[in-house]
Amino acid sequence: MALRFEARGAASRAMVLGSPAIAVVLTLAASLAMFASLGTDPVRALQAFFIQPLSSERGVAELMVKATPLILIALGLSMGFRANVWNIGAEGQLTLGALAGGGLALALYGHESPLLLPLMFVAGIAGGMAWAAIPAFLKTRFNTNEILTSLMLVYVAILLLSYLIHGPWRDPDGFNFPESRLFHDSARMPVLLQGTRLHIGWPIALAIAATAWILLARHIVGFQIRVVGLAPAAASFAGFSRTRIIWTTLLAGGGAAGLAGVMEVAGPIGQIVPVVSPGYGFTAIIVTFLGRLHPVGVVFAGLLMALTYLGGEYAQITMNLPNAVTGVFQGMLLFFLLASDVLIRYRIRFVP
Amino acid sequence: MNTVHRAMAACLLAAGLLAGPAQAEPLKVGFVYVGPIGDHGWTYQHDQGRLAVEEAFGDQVETSYVENVPEGADADRVIAQLAETGHGLIFTTSFGYMNPTIRVAEMYPDVHFEHATGYKQADNVATYSARFYEGRHVAGLVAGSVTESNVIGYIASFPIPEVVRGINAAFLAARSVNPDVSFKIVWVSTWFDPGKEGDAAKALIDQGADVIMQHTDSPAALQVAQDRGVWAVGQASDMTAFGPDAHLVSVVNNWAAYYVRRVQAALDGSWGTSDTWGGFGADMLLLSAYNKAIPADVIEMADAARAAIAEGSLHPFTGPINDQDGNLLVADGEVADDGMLLGMSVYVEGIEATLPQ
Repeated sequence: MALRFEARGAASRAMVLGSPAIAVVLTLAASLAMFASLGTDPVRALQAFFIQPLSSERGVAELMVKATPLILIALGLSMGFRANVWNIGAEGQLTLGALAGGGLALALYGHESPLLLPLMFVAGIAGGMAWAAIPAFLKTRFNTNEILTSLMLVYVAILLLSYLIHGPWRDPDGFNFPESRLFHDSARMPVLLQGTRLHIGWPIALAIAATAWILLARHIVGFQIRVVGLAPAAASFAGFSRTRIIWTTLLAGGGAAGLAGVMEVAGPIGQIVPVVSPGYGFTAIIVTFLGRLHPVGVVFAGLLMALTYLGGEYAQITMNLPNAVTGVFQGMLLFFLLASDVLIRYRIRFVP
Repeated sequence: MNTVHRAMAACLLAAGLLAGPAQAEPLKVGFVYVGPIGDHGWTYQHDQGRLAVEEAFGDQVETSYVENVPEGADADRVIAQLAETGHGLIFTTSFGYMNPTIRVAEMYPDVHFEHATGYKQADNVATYSARFYEGRHVAGLVAGSVTESNVIGYIASFPIPEVVRGINAAFLAARSVNPDVSFKIVWVSTWFDPGKEGDAAKALIDQGADVIMQHTDSPAALQVAQDRGVWAVGQASDMTAFGPDAHLVSVVNNWAAYYVRRVQAALDGSWGTSDTWGGFGADMLLLSAYNKAIPADVIEMADAARAAIAEGSLHPFTGPINDQDGNLLVADGEVADDGMLLGMSVYVEGIEATLPQ
């Protein structure tokens, strides 16, 4: 008996949704084998990974805190990816958002005003957009590959952060350590649930996901984005401006990443530090694909990805499993997802 | 080094056993690491300390750790998870965990916290660090003595007082034995990047350096030094194995004695907040074996300096010391006070380089 791949006439809608589920099941199965080979009880390990982090109110709140930036960035990226605009530089746009919003907090240090936080959000979004505007300009004007330009700007952004934090924005009472002062209360995100770190960023991210869903499904811009991505020739015959779509999607991606950045510094971190993001801009790319470029999918994918981080920490604390297990987990998830995606366009036939 | 660990641990264990009966519930001790444990470097040395705690207290303690914890929003969560899972004493081992540690400690007043290299304490947060500059003084003496080109290359990470202090200590020591010595300094803006560190070492050797010192964590520079036939000083761990011919000596971070002492205090209920900054005298720094190719009189001088620092009769920053602009930093016959050392952000006179700001 042999297996054969047969091309489907049309992409399978069932498999678009089914493939992440298959990937999760395969990841679980493979991780059982991995834990067994490490000599740990696989059931206990999976429990530490997926159940323990969610067994308390604090744990659930932490999951949402961790997922918020991932979801926000992935929402922005999914717009671009649908239109074949490959913004790989969300990490840099996040950093600029953190700098613009956080810089405002430092400039207005000590000013108590309910307007400060919304202004910081605006500054953060603007900062992220400004950074994304560079690849947008280069692509629309010179047809430069945005994958390259957006990625390289990540390193520029991180160096800019490093310069500011080692120099002008350094905490004056901080023994010259590279950190800003702690933001004052008006510049901090209100906490939703007392005793946890759950802040208003979570409902904001959900609201943006809902907005993005409506935009993509019902609004002409959403339609144009999809057409430009699926059939560029048809889009140009229909008179859709490719330039406009490139600008729109890059600015949306940059703005969302910038907002995520300012929410991190105004939320859980509370100051500007040398490493604002542990790679959220890159992890969000996995989240985007895991979520099928769909706003609702992205929310669930973001939560799942956040859970692998929390679970990895629990596995270290309670099982003494190495940190690399988390990375292996995430790698397997993406690997199996990409592998399962072949089922969208092909079906498996058993050939006797 | 290991025998020192064991001896210290055994003494303290004996003291602990005499002090009272073994506890029924083991004390859970948690560690937060900034990097992977690996087999050398900053985090590895902290983990050696953890293992020494396990060895010293056996069933009285249970230790756990989380490695690779980013110094941002994640740190709070990991520290809180350790507190939440019943850890009574938690060591957070990198500067970036300072504010997270303080924040979490407020929520868990019954848990004891220990933060390495920071400057904020609380009723349940103690701080500790090592006087690494004492080790750099001894390394500087050796480097200044063996150099033939009179150029010492220095791979620096970030222009913070800790690093500037190390450069100054090494330079003053090297100059004291060799008035012709000069320093070339490369800033790599990373604590750990073998590629960058190796490239920096190559650039320094091309500029005439025949001794490489570093304030970064990888053995790359030592490996380059081995290939190019120059000397190098090891950092944090005993790095002999990475370049046996090039390796002069390593200044080894030793947290074992401190960790055993603090766990003992937590066990017998005498734990209190404190601010510890210990060097050779407190066994927080050790020296590896010297390279056999170093002349005996140099080793003798270096060992004498080490012993004098340990007993307090020698201070690496003894005046007169001027900064690069000729301003007096430490008056003749005085020694630098800790406040000045902690905030040090200028080069001393004689270093021909500009400190990046």
